[in-house]
Amino acid sequence: MSTFDSDEAARIHQELHHALPSEPALRVKALESLVVERGMVASETLDNWIEAYSEHIGPRRGAEMVARSWLDPDFRARLLDDAGALAQELGFQGHASVHLKAVENSAQVHNVVVCTLCSCYPFSILGMSPSWYKSAAYRARIVREPRRVLAEFGVSLPEGVGVRVWDSTAELRYLVVPQRPAGTEGWSLERLAALVTRNSMIGTERDLSPHVKGAA
Amino acid sequence: MNPPDPLAPPENGNGPVFDEPWHAQVLALADALVRAEFFTARQWAEALGAARARAEARAAPDTAETYYLCAIETLEGLVARETAISLEALGARRRAWERAYLATPHGQPVMLGAGEK
Repeated sequence: MSTFDSDEAARIHQELHHALPSEPALRVKALESLVVERGMVASETLDNWIEAYSEHIGPRRGAEMVARSWLDPDFRARLLDDAGALAQELGFQGHASVHLKAVENSAQVHNVVVCTLCSCYPFSILGMSPSWYKSAAYRARIVREPRRVLAEFGVSLPEGVGVRVWDSTAELRYLVVPQRPAGTEGWSLERLAALVTRNSMIGTERDLSPHVKGAA
Repeated sequence: MNPPDPLAPPENGNGPVFDEPWHAQVLALADALVRAEFFTARQWAEALGAARARAEARAAPDTAETYYLCAIETLEGLVARETAISLEALGARRRAWERAYLATPHGQPVMLGAGEK
């Protein structure tokens, strides 16, 4: 890029990124910042409460898209071709005009997503981002030493499996499509979707188990 | 949309329903303030019940969004009544956050200006 206008870049980023939170979100932020600042409540207490529920915060549309891609080859092809258009068609688009790209795991490739700059994340598809996703350590290390970071998440990749790290931006966000676990033949969409964890769609989990949920 | 425990989130048969992060944050705050004894669980339940009755009276839809908007209204009211934080202070802080969001470029944490605290 020969002409880099930092003001213009900042303007675009601001538009795309620090979109003003909704009115109720701002009211909650006002409450939270005042009670924490005055020492009435510890911010860790609030974080722990939120973390305990974080898998339930926000929509689980990504899990449904992944499960459908396992069942329907045409849907899978469209998901991999243009996940953003598909999400829009399904009415899953967030309020920001952001593109979504689906990246599929295979026996040879494992995908993992980060936002090295801040914490871009497809909320409308995956729900609330986990706190580690926003941490400086994850953002820096997953790019430098992905295998080691994945191992810390309990993912041990065989030698032959390559890792692709996808860096989200304000304009483009990613959805990892994990592999369908063996032993789930004949399962319904709903039952399959229940197996798809948030972490597997970020890429910090690889092998989904049919025995965790819904197998009884 | 009527949890038996007034401090628990509403459920839809598939687990708790939080469609937005602030939905969870408002209940986290209520729970923490009850545990810190600024007000009781009973005060919370009665005030939330009254807010929900008012919402019903004005024919607000019976949705999670309505439930959590009632929770904010309840929390603001109890905080103003039972703690040293006034409604005016809450309003001023809400406007300060708005200014901070509008003034912060991408990639930087949104923080309040020096004179805003």
